[in-house]
Amino acid sequence: MNNLDRTELGFIAALPLLIACGLLLPQWIVNYIHVSLGTGLVALGVMVQMRAGLVSFGQGLYFCIGGYAAGLAGRLWGLSDFFLLIALGIAAGLVVSFLLGFLLRRYRRIFYAMLSLAVSMILFGLLSSSEELGSTDGFNLPATSYLGWLPGQSVSGDVLYVATCIPTVICAILLHRFLRSPMGYVGEALRENEIRIEYLGMSARKAVHIIYVIAAVVSSIGGVLWAMALGHIDPEMTNWVTSAQFVFIAILSGIGNVAAPLFGTLLLEFIRVYAVEIAPDSWHIIVGSVMLLIIVFLPRGLWSLVSSNNGLKNKFTHRVKAASEPEGARS
Amino acid sequence: MKNALRKILVGSALGAVALSVPLAAQAQEPVKVGVINFYSGGASGPFGIPAKNAAEVIIEGINAGTIPAPYNSVGIAGARIEPIYVDENSKQKVADFKKLVQGDGAQIVIGYTSSGSCKAIAPVAEEVKALTIFAVCGTPQIFEEVVTEPKYAFRTISHATSDNVGAARYIIDTTPDLASISGINQNYAWGQDSWRDFSAAISKLKEDVEVKTEQFPKIFAGQYGSEISALLTNKSDVVHSSLWGGDMEAFILQGGGRGLFDNSKVVLTVGDTAVERFGKQIADGTVIGARGPYGLLAPDNALNKWFTEAYVARFGAQPVGPSYQTAQALLALKAAADKAGSVAPEDISAALAGLTFEAPSGTIQMALAGGHQAIAGITYGTYKFDEAVGKGTLVDLKEYPAECVNPPAGVKGTEWIEGGLQGAKCN
Repeated sequence: MNNLDRTELGFIAALPLLIACGLLLPQWIVNYIHVSLGTGLVALGVMVQMRAGLVSFGQGLYFCIGGYAAGLAGRLWGLSDFFLLIALGIAAGLVVSFLLGFLLRRYRRIFYAMLSLAVSMILFGLLSSSEELGSTDGFNLPATSYLGWLPGQSVSGDVLYVATCIPTVICAILLHRFLRSPMGYVGEALRENEIRIEYLGMSARKAVHIIYVIAAVVSSIGGVLWAMALGHIDPEMTNWVTSAQFVFIAILSGIGNVAAPLFGTLLLEFIRVYAVEIAPDSWHIIVGSVMLLIIVFLPRGLWSLVSSNNGLKNKFTHRVKAASEPEGARS
Repeated sequence: MKNALRKILVGSALGAVALSVPLAAQAQEPVKVGVINFYSGGASGPFGIPAKNAAEVIIEGINAGTIPAPYNSVGIAGARIEPIYVDENSKQKVADFKKLVQGDGAQIVIGYTSSGSCKAIAPVAEEVKALTIFAVCGTPQIFEEVVTEPKYAFRTISHATSDNVGAARYIIDTTPDLASISGINQNYAWGQDSWRDFSAAISKLKEDVEVKTEQFPKIFAGQYGSEISALLTNKSDVVHSSLWGGDMEAFILQGGGRGLFDNSKVVLTVGDTAVERFGKQIADGTVIGARGPYGLLAPDNALNKWFTEAYVARFGAQPVGPSYQTAQALLALKAAADKAGSVAPEDISAALAGLTFEAPSGTIQMALAGGHQAIAGITYGTYKFDEAVGKGTLVDLKEYPAECVNPPAGVKGTEWIEGGLQGAKCN
């Protein structure tokens, strides 16, 4: 386990860099980086499934479950501890995805996409119509504490930012390890030829189940981190519009590397911010045009800019992209 | 890509430094005011665009000094307003707000339509000490639960309690033999709160009024066949509805076709937007509200006359509720800045707390939550199609003063209604 590869070293080097950014850049820029870490983890969850040829149009479900696990713990029991809330988010995502996995693992392609979408919209309907759970207005989270320490208001933003960077980087490294593990390669095989997996003595359904749960847990963590950064949660988190954005980010960033969705989220966030500044009521046109240009000129996603001279990797990401594209395009 | 990212970051950093020069040092420099609403998406038609139009009219009027007295001086405390429009239709609302304040240098922020946005933004406004005037959102929770001791957050419209207490009072006053009510409201926070407040207020104002049926269709459902059947079979004297925009219009057409509006007296708390377009299709006797004395229900004063004329001349349409509410927030800002003689947020904040000011919708008092939450009167009217002119009009207008439909300071809206509307002053 000691042989770290380039990506892992990159992440370890990125952590102090990310933290330095947080302390040096103007606060409003840091805010966008901060919230992008949370949503980036959800995009990462979508990307892990795409590697196995599965497109989830309902990943907002786990984004929301994570956020509401943290929020409800604060609302019902007054909990605000960072570590406890993350643990609760993981537990909630794990339990729900493990149970739903028995259903979803039986479906592929458009059926998987639609079923994941349906489940997320059921939660949306439940939360929107329940006054006890804050209805559509949602509710606020208390200020985050750390093992009994509640930082003062002047530093609380910085502390939370640093505390968010660490689990994000850990998640990314662990997911990278997973994708390089035998189980990760089963995911690739799943996309290429499912019958052969069965011939080799493995259960394709079990593999889908495992990938589904892993993607759910990382998305739940993203939900907890995002909710703590924003301080407010509402059912929009599990709306299909939110879920579709995650799929978009995964497609636009490319699925060649776990760093891609994280960078892609941040970049698209800044494109949106500047588009709103230029045209407050028609910024969608600018963002949409950028997306179109990326799809036309960088069919393998933004990540292909970074990994352009790596022949083997290139071929690999190309195949991955080609295999996952039809689902995205058709739906 | 990394290069591009770095360029963006460095560029923004430089921009932010250039903009963060203190405003106080340059009194006659324009004041940057963030104006936030839904400029894209489903809420832009009924809310965001009418709000932005009003903001343009009022800001132009303030900068030119053309608004009637008491607002006939140029600028706010002499300084021009430079608006920065930001779209509320964003997932990263808090980050957008902080960018507006810390990145673009807006010391004052006005707007927000969604109650969810207001709940998320209120604590942040206090945290970054940015004067924030909520213009349209309705939830009473902002100052009752989220920020209980506000310093920088204000709201210049009454919260939603007054809409439905006003509707209940109007029904009681105009329906002497009221025996039963029903409701059709959307199944989300706005609809749930509206029905709860209305039905509770009715039960406190008159004994033994029976609730026949409560219908909660989904928001943007558009089809109300089964709900209308339920309302017809459980016939009641009054049907309450807080449906708005396209949903409300669909309900008028579908319910009208099946005779629901002839069977029961229907109260549409946000029905004003349909009056101009629907004409004869709205049944006479329908009770119409506008979430305040706006549009057809607005008082006949010089400010309203100027505002309506300027708005119609420029946009060719009548101003609606969110236009009035946005105008109200901007005029509150001018009134407070002029009173303080300064554009520093702390000075404006001190002057605005507890202020009474004039708006196109009448007199507004910042009376609740330590002077941070406005109370205003509300007006309801009954629809009557005027055959001679071929236009819909509102008759039997009843104006309820602010103290009649709002809880006294320190009492939560729902508790006030449940407690029997104690302390209400209705002349």
